Amino acid sequence: MTFLPKPKLHHPLLATNALGLTRRDYEGAISTLCAGCGHDSISAAIVQACFELELPPHRIAKLSGIGCSSKTPTYFLGAAHGFNSVHGRMPSVLTGANLANRDLVYLGVSGDGDSASIGLGQFAHSIRRGVNMTYIVENNGVYGLTKGQFSATSDKGSKAKKGTINTDEPIDLVAMALQLGATFVGRSFSGDKTQLVPLIKAALLHPSAAFIDCISPCVAFNNHEGSTKSFDFVRAHNEAVNRLDVIVGRDRIEAEYEPGTAVDVTQHDGTVLRLRKLHPEHDPTDRVSAMNYLQERKAAGEIVTGLIFLDPDPADLHDHLGTSADPLNAMGDADLCPGAAMLERVNAAYR
Amino acid sequence: MPEGLNRAAAVQPLAAVNDFVVKFANVNGSGSASANQLFAKSILRMGVPIASRNIFPSNIQGLPTWFEVRVSGAGHLGRRGGVDLMVAMNPQTWDRDVAEVEPGGYLFYDSTRPLPASRLRSDITPIGVPLTAMCNEAYQDPRQRQLFKNIIYVGALSALLDMDPEATAQLIREQFKGKDKLIQPNLDALQMGRDWAQKNLACPIGLRLARADAVGDRIFVDGNAAAGLGAVYGGATVCAWYPITPSTSLAEAFERRAKQFRTAPDGTKRYAIVQAEDELASIGMVIGAGWNGARAFTATSGPGISLMAEFVGLAYFAEIPAVIFDVQRAGPSTGMPTRTQQADILSAAYLSHGDTKHVLLLPEDPHECFTMGADAFDLAERLQTPVFVMLDLDIGMNDWLCAPFDWDDTRRMDRGKVMTAEELEAGKTFGRYLDVDGDGIPYRTWPGTHPTKGSFFTRGTSRDRYARYTEEGPAYVDNMERLLRKFDTAKQLVPRPVETCAKQPASHGVIFYGSTSAAMREALEELERDGIHLDALRIRAFPFHDDVLDFVRRHERVFLVEQNRDAQLRTLLVTEGEIDPARIVPVLHYDGTPITARFIRTAIAERVARDTIVPMTRAGAAE
Repeated sequence: MTFLPKPKLHHPLLATNALGLTRRDYEGAISTLCAGCGHDSISAAIVQACFELELPPHRIAKLSGIGCSSKTPTYFLGAAHGFNSVHGRMPSVLTGANLANRDLVYLGVSGDGDSASIGLGQFAHSIRRGVNMTYIVENNGVYGLTKGQFSATSDKGSKAKKGTINTDEPIDLVAMALQLGATFVGRSFSGDKTQLVPLIKAALLHPSAAFIDCISPCVAFNNHEGSTKSFDFVRAHNEAVNRLDVIVGRDRIEAEYEPGTAVDVTQHDGTVLRLRKLHPEHDPTDRVSAMNYLQERKAAGEIVTGLIFLDPDPADLHDHLGTSADPLNAMGDADLCPGAAMLERVNAAYR
Repeated sequence: MPEGLNRAAAVQPLAAVNDFVVKFANVNGSGSASANQLFAKSILRMGVPIASRNIFPSNIQGLPTWFEVRVSGAGHLGRRGGVDLMVAMNPQTWDRDVAEVEPGGYLFYDSTRPLPASRLRSDITPIGVPLTAMCNEAYQDPRQRQLFKNIIYVGALSALLDMDPEATAQLIREQFKGKDKLIQPNLDALQMGRDWAQKNLACPIGLRLARADAVGDRIFVDGNAAAGLGAVYGGATVCAWYPITPSTSLAEAFERRAKQFRTAPDGTKRYAIVQAEDELASIGMVIGAGWNGARAFTATSGPGISLMAEFVGLAYFAEIPAVIFDVQRAGPSTGMPTRTQQADILSAAYLSHGDTKHVLLLPEDPHECFTMGADAFDLAERLQTPVFVMLDLDIGMNDWLCAPFDWDDTRRMDRGKVMTAEELEAGKTFGRYLDVDGDGIPYRTWPGTHPTKGSFFTRGTSRDRYARYTEEGPAYVDNMERLLRKFDTAKQLVPRPVETCAKQPASHGVIFYGSTSAAMREALEELERDGIHLDALRIRAFPFHDDVLDFVRRHERVFLVEQNRDAQLRTLLVTEGEIDPARIVPVLHYDGTPITARFIRTAIAERVARDTIVPMTRAGAAE
């Protein structure tokens, strides 16, 4: 929360990536969210992930719905086109955008109200279609912009700032995403950047629907005692299943791990995801065991974080539809219009 | 007297050549539709114009369905009103079907079981053919008995109406091409019906067909197929839709034609179709694709339009091209899902919250569904706004005889004002909502265009000319005023109205639009014969061209013929044109069936008669 404009000057010694861009080139406008908001940490993690992956910022399309979380695309990737759509409907707009041009990287940012309440249907259907996107829910368990109402992810029994107890069952978007066939499912915490940045990087590289539920405490309305989405509560109950390294071709990390503790998953594009396992019984490439593990730990009162499930070689919506490899928005008259002669044949069949 | 033909009619039986109405009353799911189509197309192949209309329930099997064939050598393609020959194949609706026949008309029925005289009428000619008995004798398989019964009655009608059997036989051969073993059994059933009628009935009856040359090169096609094809020619690459009668066959037509014409040699598709989870997602995908530079559309009907309301407001305000085909049906709510109306005019014109106005195109027949279906994409991108193509069930789902589709191969898509990387690189000023050319239309960039220039943030909330968020009143007003200027520009870009002058100078005029056209033209001819001369204006788009307002000003009184209860286009005209409502007299037909020439003629003639009654003056009183 600041009203100071961001200086345009960069420090001359700022590190650059292979594109010659600094981390600052991946930033956006100054945030207008509350000081200490978890969402700002997620924006920073997105900036860091895109910088480290050396993505050209303008080749990313960032889309969101409505709410505090959905305001954040203004605060990162200023060189990218952004679309702040309508409440709960980001997934359909993103799907359409992706159909129009399969060559861009699509980043959808949403919140728990936006995705688990009003937008639950669109969340579900975009995941099951396998739209190639990174879908991040900045989950604070509360409606921030309308000042403190419970959302559909608020835990049963959790307490609102004014003392009301939530009596509704919570929706676990991670469990839903697994059931809906998401090929990349992760959960993280805005306060754990070392976990979040590699997870976002891996999601951005994933060639189908990648979903990240990121718990992101609301300092204004849901960071008090009794809340299950507060910094203190999440820190106390966070059970990371793994630590992730995203190894893109040339910067291969050669580290030694105890046998059986690190798993390398090579993706279709050659990228290696190295999972340093923290819980030996969790297998991230087995959907059923991931679902079981998630439910078991949940029953034990833990919040499972990390890369929970990964299909290393998934198909996406374009694969399902059999769309041309060239973007549809780049096609011209010759590609699209059958012409007058063909129309004569059509006419003949209607006589 | 031959069996089944009982000329007890006191009224002289109707006699006409190439000018009558046949209506088939069937049970849906019984396979009657293709037999009825065969009958209709046979007449067309004889060079005689027809108009056919399906009147069907929201159901798959077992409920009443009707198929009306208007035979008109003079080329009238609207509904006339009334039925001259009823083919009554549905016992459920017998009484109302019999009642609907014009005095002197004919009633064709299955006489396998004898009917008491009380179920018939003395002023019409009953024509009984023992269809069930004939089928039971000829076929063993129950399904065959049902299907061939339909072909047999087509055969009997062929003899009764003196149709050319070769025209029908040729159609059967074309229809079953590739399934050749079905050809002969169908030809046999047709012949069985013809033979029986010729042997047992006085053929032909008073209603007859004679070969003519009045069809020309016209085609016989439904509006949804035409609009779907128009979308292919118009360069649409993304279709997102949700099934809803009566628009479903439009999206399916697009899919069929796109598959035919847009499959690359390697088998990949130059189009993408998603059947969405609902209409909200459909329009969301269309808007996402439009934002990202693809030509995208959805097809829906009234309930879908309501669901799309929020998104369409966003597209209007964020200035994103989108094409929405609205195949209108009777509302409100689910209303009568399989019946026609022009009842979404107001909701589409002003769809959404806040101040919004949208471009509407109003095709009159499938030919215009094709041209407007293609033009809508140019308009949407030129104007950067949603464009509605307003079909209705009558145009969308019925086959219409219309001018063949045509296309100019030199035509190129108008992608509108899209700034390229080269232009940005050359230093051209970019402000997403900056009115550079004074026409209210700003420049846009597609995502991914340039590494450092031309990116912007699209939002439904207020912003300045450079797309920066602001809640400042003057910036909001500046933007809303520009949107009005843009709507003014649209007036010059949309199809102009078509005026037809009366043969004599007329003080009265009539305005109509969409599927009303065919019945209107016939009504105008009849009114003229009755000495009522009207200038006529067919509106083809909203916003209204100045010619529309000028037409209203030039006439003392204007009738506005519509197929809805509340005179919706009249409201739009009165509001947008600031016209005295008293000058526009609504003529409204909204029972869910397509409007008839008879209805229009009667309504206008009554009103004119009322207006021209001269009050009696007292004898000797001074004038």
